[in-house]
Amino acid sequence: MQKYSIFNLVKNAFANHQNWDLAWKDPTPKKEYDVVIIGGGGHGLATAYYLAKEHNITNVAIIEKGWIGGGNVGRNTTIIRSNYMHDDNALFSEFGMDLWRKMSQDLNYNVMFSPRGIINLAHSDAQMNVYARRGNSMRLNGIDAVLLNREQVREIIPMADFSENVRFPIFGGLMQPSAGTARHDAVAWGYARQADSMGVDIIQNCEVIGFDISGGKINGVRTSRGDIKAKKIGLCVAGSTNVLAEKLNMTLPIETHLLQACVSEPVKPVLDGVVTFGAGHFYISQSDKGEMVMGGDLDGYNSYAQRGNLPTLQHVLTEGIAMMPFLSKLKMLRTWGGIMDMSMDGSPIIDKTHIEGLYLNCGWCYGGFKATPASGWTFAHTIAQDRVHELNSGYSLNRFNTGHLLDEKGLGTKTWIS
Amino acid sequence: MRSQNEFSYGGDATVKRPDLNKEISDQEWDNFVYNRKSLRGKHWELWQHISGCRQWIKVERDTATHEIFMTLKANEEISL
Repeated sequence: MQKYSIFNLVKNAFANHQNWDLAWKDPTPKKEYDVVIIGGGGHGLATAYYLAKEHNITNVAIIEKGWIGGGNVGRNTTIIRSNYMHDDNALFSEFGMDLWRKMSQDLNYNVMFSPRGIINLAHSDAQMNVYARRGNSMRLNGIDAVLLNREQVREIIPMADFSENVRFPIFGGLMQPSAGTARHDAVAWGYARQADSMGVDIIQNCEVIGFDISGGKINGVRTSRGDIKAKKIGLCVAGSTNVLAEKLNMTLPIETHLLQACVSEPVKPVLDGVVTFGAGHFYISQSDKGEMVMGGDLDGYNSYAQRGNLPTLQHVLTEGIAMMPFLSKLKMLRTWGGIMDMSMDGSPIIDKTHIEGLYLNCGWCYGGFKATPASGWTFAHTIAQDRVHELNSGYSLNRFNTGHLLDEKGLGTKTWIS
Repeated sequence: MRSQNEFSYGGDATVKRPDLNKEISDQEWDNFVYNRKSLRGKHWELWQHISGCRQWIKVERDTATHEIFMTLKANEEISL
């Protein structure tokens, strides 16, 4: 594989950039692989990469219905953080933060990871107490957390509404300075390019039609491009999890919902971090191009539409304007939606299943993008070793049966309520 | 025709609470509390006309196109 470097850039410039290698190939599926990963999104591509890199398993295929990186890894708001209170979430996410920090070097691909900090705003004394508690939990797990008072928040985001007569005054906030954003498409492409170079077959336009299961074991998968045999198959299909579960005759603690995001027209630099509204569900950051990147609530009913409806967008942006009134002056450039695998306790599932050789990675709710490297790393471990790693032991499928829920936000099973 | 804003979602309408005073397995409780089909296509679900008559209704809606095929009162059985 050609290394991306300043020297290669100069060298290729002399040839008018006509001689660059393809970043990944377009292979015809083989009859059999050691491992098949279904889903060519961030998590699937990362899983294949770590299978090859950490476990030396390279006879791997990623099969993707559309094109790689065309789903939620290309539709998110690019936020990366590990500001969780519960140990299972905190340790998993912080392990991921380490992978994020090394990712551009590791993949020889600039993912533009930018640790610009995230602030969760608090709008009452009670909320400040809750944030102090979460911040302390984070620090006990080795994650940076700073509790900010109103004046400290005002210094960082003076454009927020600090006037006296507001419904939700800003009391302060919890900041994770090491959190940030990254270029989401580059993450998918970087993982794809490296996985391909180590021998992984990336097979696009290949839809899963069914599974070949006998005697409680998985033998392979039936696809629109023919049958593929594999003793181990990993599902990384996010919003399509319920659809494939139906083909596997499984019913999962997952509902498929629609989440919207939007960007404004580009403006000059005004916001250098990520900020979330504490009295509702709204988050905002500014892209390197200057667009204000915003998101919030689910549309609130089971949906595969991949496009949102206006009432939710209006609700979310009302929160945004309450927090930062200048947003009302901006024109909306683009809105879009993606379908989320909402788990019943808000935490993901990375586990084996009752079918031998079938592994499940789903339930990412609002937080799939930031989990991409840690999810791929632990899922690769789970598949290669046929046992979960301690980092994903809390993300078991049977926790709903045993009562060991991981309900970070205390929302219960009503996934559509945010 | 009523605005979507008047309605509040109540989830899968085919899920039934296990009968009272019946011995219930963990699996049955799981299916009631957590496990959902949530498929693409026709989906029976509960909605409440919360900013209106406050009635609960059952609605058969397509989860990909949002087309509504049929509605029932909350106490009417779905015949699948």
